[in-house]
Amino acid sequence: MSIQIRNITKNFGNFSALKGVSFDIKPGELVALLGPSGCGKTTLLRIIAGLDSPDGGQILFHGEDATQRHVREREVGFVFQHYALFRHMTVFENIAFGLRVRPKATRPSNGAIKEKVTRLLKLVQLEWLADRYPPQLSGGQRQRIALARALAVEPKVLLLDEPFGALDAKVRKDLRRWLRNLHDELHVTSVFVTHDQEEALEVADRIVVMNQGQVEQIGAPDDVYEHPATPFVYQFLGDVNLFHGRVDEGWAKIGETDIRLPEIDHDQAERALFFVRPHEIEVSRNGNGASGIAAYVRDIRRYGAVVRLELERADGDGFVEAVLSRDEFKANTVSKGDEVVLQPKRIKVFPQSAGQEVMDYVI
Amino acid sequence: MSLLRKHSVLPGFNLTMGFTLLYLSLIVLIPLSATFIKTTSLGWGGFWQVITTPRVLASYRLTFSAALLGAGINTVFGLLVAWVLVRYDFFGKKIIDAIVDLPFALPTAVAGISLATIYSPKGWIGQMFAPLGIKIAYTPLGVVVALTFIGLPFVVRTVQPVLEEFEVELEEAAASLGATRLQTFLKVIFPTVWPALLTGFALAFARAVGEYGSVIFIAGNIPMVSEITPLLIITKLEQYDYAGATALASSMLIVSFILLLAINVLQWWGQHRHSKR
Repeated sequence: MSIQIRNITKNFGNFSALKGVSFDIKPGELVALLGPSGCGKTTLLRIIAGLDSPDGGQILFHGEDATQRHVREREVGFVFQHYALFRHMTVFENIAFGLRVRPKATRPSNGAIKEKVTRLLKLVQLEWLADRYPPQLSGGQRQRIALARALAVEPKVLLLDEPFGALDAKVRKDLRRWLRNLHDELHVTSVFVTHDQEEALEVADRIVVMNQGQVEQIGAPDDVYEHPATPFVYQFLGDVNLFHGRVDEGWAKIGETDIRLPEIDHDQAERALFFVRPHEIEVSRNGNGASGIAAYVRDIRRYGAVVRLELERADGDGFVEAVLSRDEFKANTVSKGDEVVLQPKRIKVFPQSAGQEVMDYVI
Repeated sequence: MSLLRKHSVLPGFNLTMGFTLLYLSLIVLIPLSATFIKTTSLGWGGFWQVITTPRVLASYRLTFSAALLGAGINTVFGLLVAWVLVRYDFFGKKIIDAIVDLPFALPTAVAGISLATIYSPKGWIGQMFAPLGIKIAYTPLGVVVALTFIGLPFVVRTVQPVLEEFEVELEEAAASLGATRLQTFLKVIFPTVWPALLTGFALAFARAVGEYGSVIFIAGNIPMVSEITPLLIITKLEQYDYAGATALASSMLIVSFILLLAINVLQWWGQHRHSKR
């Protein structure tokens, strides 16, 4: 089922949680609402579910206005961050709940309920837990049961509120891959909320990046990652170094350093923000004749396959982070206190006058 | 005993257990066993005779049925009051919250006299029922009213914290799965609340069985009709029939203990049903 979100607004007292949000969700899509906490993503999800009502705007399900429809009649499955399983019921009864509360006329027989619940338990790969109670399960198991419970009523839309937020890193990675596979199997239109960009980039078909009650960018994960529309999106998707400077006739001026920007058609000199990802910085020893931003190595930390350098700019204008592969680091080793030169391999330029206009330079 | 000892960061099992036993003995066990010892002076035959006279049997019926009824009424309305106090914000909520505790603080005689005045056929509330032919004060109904009054805080105060901890998400989950409001209450909220409700019921009931001060003013104390067992005990004491008084007290103690034990077992069963392996 398709969902249209039309100019939704929501205020909590003086705080405006959603400032006119609009976008469409296509049938069978898996969409991530991504943003920092307090950006309104959970509020929007709850409004889609009918658990909250908007102050303005419309929610359309399959072209029909569903804004006034009660959550009971929306045919949505909702999965909560903290599972919200019924503690006094067995796993089996939890999953069967949605079927047992149906009016007599449409309620399946006990046999049919048993068959369906067993099928769902198989789907979430937890058949052997049918007779346990929720407090006896691990977090990952509880969340899978919560998902099975939501799927039991055959929802037209599946909504997940930070479904893996309360789980530890390893379980989280496993579960989000599993969710992706499950979605490929079931094709039910799904929306999930997350503040974890990695999760959104890995799992979703499309990402809606939100900030302060507004949509910043909508697009496929690659699209959003490669071509961030705003400085916010660039900063939010992955680590980033920020430089303040000026663009002037094909040159980026950062501190004392001029860096040539090819294919420049921005001939008006003005202030700009430059973004460089830590893995897109080349670090070379001073004295090799290379030109770039001078800096001192302050700290070296090795994490798994990468080496992370903390560098302080020689002009005293803050710190820069660089990430090298172990091989790169070995080929060009530096130690604490060394003076080095930083050359960005790729710079994202956000001229300040241009508003949303973005220039992307590969050097 | 050694089986009960587990390693803990807070030592002192021996000390605290010793203190608990001493304290319980001084405050509860010794006075109560004195009651039973005094009773033995009657012998079985005498004991049985004292506790089975028609007047005493009638007082048992009134005491226990009125206490059960009062506790039952409090269970329903106490839950309602707790629900309103937890779920809604309104002007004067703090005041209503404080009023709930008043039956604890008020001297029971004061409660009894005011209830008797208000519920008498000429009183503010009594006059509304009088034309319908319903007499409240000086009848068994008056006993129920008094016992309901003194038991109200127990249910409210035991249920309130449980409702406060209840996650609204559970209701939302039930609604999103298609449950109606009634189904959500019966299948999701009530099973969570009922152990606390049962505790509140037991406390209110226990308090009501032993209540004396407020009841004697509103009951009318007509033998065989509106006379409660605690009053009979006092009457016997005033006649220097100490053995007879303790015999009645012992019989009440035994019945109350059995009822409270049954409620505890019911609760234990309710809690352990959900955590069995």
